[in-house]
Amino acid sequence: MITSMPEGALSGLKVLDFTHYVAGPYCTKLLADYGADVIKVERPPDGDGSRRMGPYPGDEPHPEKSAQFLHLNTNKRGIAVDLKCSAVVDIVERLAGWADIVVESYRPGVADRLGIGYERLSSINPALVYTSISNFGQTGPYRDYRGSEIVFYGMGGEMHSTGLADREPLKLGGNVGLYQAGAVAAVATMGAALAGSFWTDDEAEGGIGQHVDIAILETQLGSVDRRQSALLAYQYTGELSHRPASGGSGGYPNAVYPCSDGYLQINGSRMYFPRAVAMLGNPAELGAERWKDPSSQGNAEMQEEFEGEYFLPWILERTRAEAWSAAQQNRVLSGPINTMADLDVDPSFNSRGVFAEGDHPVAGRMRYPGRPFIMNGSPWRLRSTAPLLGQHTKEVLAEMGYSATQIAGLSDAGAILVNAEGD
Amino acid sequence: MPRLPLEGLRVLEITVVWAGPYCGSFLADLGAEVIRVESTKTFVPLTRGAAPHLSQAVIDNLPLYSGGTPGRVPGDHPFNRSPMFNSHARNKKSMTVNLLDPGGREIFDRLVAISDVLIENNPTETMEKLGISYESLRAVKDDIIMLRMPAYGSDGPYRDYRAHGVHIEGVVGHTMLRGYEDTDPSYNTTVLMSDAAGGAQGAFAVLAALRHRKRTGEGQLVELGQAENVFPFLGEYYLDYAMNGRTHETLGNRHPWALQNCYPCAGENRWVVVTVYDHDQWRALCDVIGAEHLKDDPELESAEGRRSRQADIDPAIEMWTRDRSPEAAMNALQERGIPAGVVMNQADVFADPHVQSREFFREAYQEDCGTHLYPGPLYKMSATPLGIRRGPVMFGQDNEYVYRDLLGYSAAEYAAFEAAGHIGSDYAPGVG
Repeated sequence: MITSMPEGALSGLKVLDFTHYVAGPYCTKLLADYGADVIKVERPPDGDGSRRMGPYPGDEPHPEKSAQFLHLNTNKRGIAVDLKCSAVVDIVERLAGWADIVVESYRPGVADRLGIGYERLSSINPALVYTSISNFGQTGPYRDYRGSEIVFYGMGGEMHSTGLADREPLKLGGNVGLYQAGAVAAVATMGAALAGSFWTDDEAEGGIGQHVDIAILETQLGSVDRRQSALLAYQYTGELSHRPASGGSGGYPNAVYPCSDGYLQINGSRMYFPRAVAMLGNPAELGAERWKDPSSQGNAEMQEEFEGEYFLPWILERTRAEAWSAAQQNRVLSGPINTMADLDVDPSFNSRGVFAEGDHPVAGRMRYPGRPFIMNGSPWRLRSTAPLLGQHTKEVLAEMGYSATQIAGLSDAGAILVNAEGD
Repeated sequence: MPRLPLEGLRVLEITVVWAGPYCGSFLADLGAEVIRVESTKTFVPLTRGAAPHLSQAVIDNLPLYSGGTPGRVPGDHPFNRSPMFNSHARNKKSMTVNLLDPGGREIFDRLVAISDVLIENNPTETMEKLGISYESLRAVKDDIIMLRMPAYGSDGPYRDYRAHGVHIEGVVGHTMLRGYEDTDPSYNTTVLMSDAAGGAQGAFAVLAALRHRKRTGEGQLVELGQAENVFPFLGEYYLDYAMNGRTHETLGNRHPWALQNCYPCAGENRWVVVTVYDHDQWRALCDVIGAEHLKDDPELESAEGRRSRQADIDPAIEMWTRDRSPEAAMNALQERGIPAGVVMNQADVFADPHVQSREFFREAYQEDCGTHLYPGPLYKMSATPLGIRRGPVMFGQDNEYVYRDLLGYSAAEYAAFEAAGHIGSDYAPGVG
């Protein structure tokens, strides 16, 4: 390990991680990526379900090569222990005494049954910040309901107003809601970990232990992506938001438009319309008074005239990059519709170091999404790629005071899994 | 009253539209004193609504998020009544100062000198015009933490490019992954997921920087380019490209490998969403919807088989959902362990028994709006319970507290700042 580089912002923060799939691991990834010592606890023989999610190189399933797992578990150490085995009780107790923070994402009640619930671990370490991430929260009638990305967005988010009026409501892409839940959980966890740090007396000396209850549903209900404002607007007016009749957001030009090599989002409507006209080179006809009347932006015939006569001919003979640059020169809000292939060669992402190279013992060398944000005084680093199942079992147990003989005994008894690669 | 985690921390925000104010709301909920630094001479559209003063005719034509003021009337102070602002402006304070007017900078510097954090999400050139940089703040407060949230970054080819969330979504590859399976991206409607990501991870960044300051005594500059910030949310898609050279297009409401869709229910515009991951859930689904012929189909025993024949399965599910309310469908499916949910509009959310039992909404009062239910904090903390301590902050509401109590200006100085236009509770004539 290189030690001469500046440490991460969360260096020295100790996190015990009982999460799996997306939301929980993304929360602990943020902690780990910014320097925390995160010990991910997996259960043999399969470990985190993300290992079975893929995608995989060459589409050949392999538990150490799942893209979802590799992405979500960078900079963590991994141990594999059978939580249902009585010999593991002592391991968990020592880890709970070691940790500043526990994060778990089992269904409500499961952590208690496994002996890793808040009551038990906080009795061992009263200063523990213990974050539970669940579908609908630790209480309430839907506490035991199952969830999925579309269920959380359908119930919690503005799905009912996403998509077109004459079609079904539409989810967002990928797992973005689950990632958002993980990010919110990281805010809550760090807020709890810092509790009392700025109090002027010493009441908080030694830290404030508590249980933080994250319901993925509520991270959507409280999302600034149209949901908070729609809920409040309903309180204020009794009106419901609805799916629009067409793409874009009303007025013109105010949507995604085709270019010679793809699509560009352009928003130069209403008060920004003069900028859009300037972008088109100020055609004399568009200087006429009728285009300056605010009601022109709601006039479908004029929209057709504008798009058909002036705008589409202009944009269709330009590439995304050319049209984007022209729009920006005229301060018109805009952005190309990229694919991952575009991002891979994007000049800004590349010159600013958004990607990170990682070398994984099984999956090999690969380019990963790197830092989300730059901390100038305590940089993000890819210190290690995702752990193999049980890669750090031996190392961590040794740190917790177990002898080599004890570790071998636990391994022989099937209580723990030691990965030979981790020796 | 139990104390709050970040009590004693002071945060200034010069934030606009969604991402920056949302970042500040996380810190305010946690108990920080978050002070909005606003100006009587600047109105940034889509922050406190569409414009400082609006006629009834204009408000009637605005979309609900900006025009949905209480009773759909503008009132004397529409900028204190916009749902797009008020939905995240709880627990904050507001002061006004005109940074480019004589005396403005000194007022601002005195405030910086007693603050811990400053967050901003303006175009780079705006901050340059105001003369605010990490260096300028640090000259006043050595251990200040500054969070900047440009669209793309303080350097690189897009440094001065302007963007809202919807453009960032396109650039980072999200727009390509949403939309209907049978339409091209020009049919996509506006979503702002990257603002949510920017707000949350911006708050996380500030907390991480505070942890670093606590340990080392050092502040720092944090730069969160909003496109870069949301890129990890699509990590598995990027890695599929890195591994296999594969790019993806939208799947609509479908799942890469599970059985999943949005189905119509009884009533107008009523929908339920369903995901079936595994064999147990599949067999339970067949029981619930009475599809014995599908249950025993050997091809449908695997996830791949179900996914590839979803077109055969969807009509059977829809035949069952069509006769039921979405609530009845959700409950029947969830009772058998199948992920299912009502596509809830706003009225559904307020009426939902689970949301009610969790007390997600909190009542709050504000002078220009009266008393209403507001979306509350996004999570529960057992020892330091969060809530809405104060309704959405009005423009300049805390000038007296900031100028007199915090900065120690005399009554005469306060009056002079008021006369000079620094202090106000409304925008200067002609602004906006």
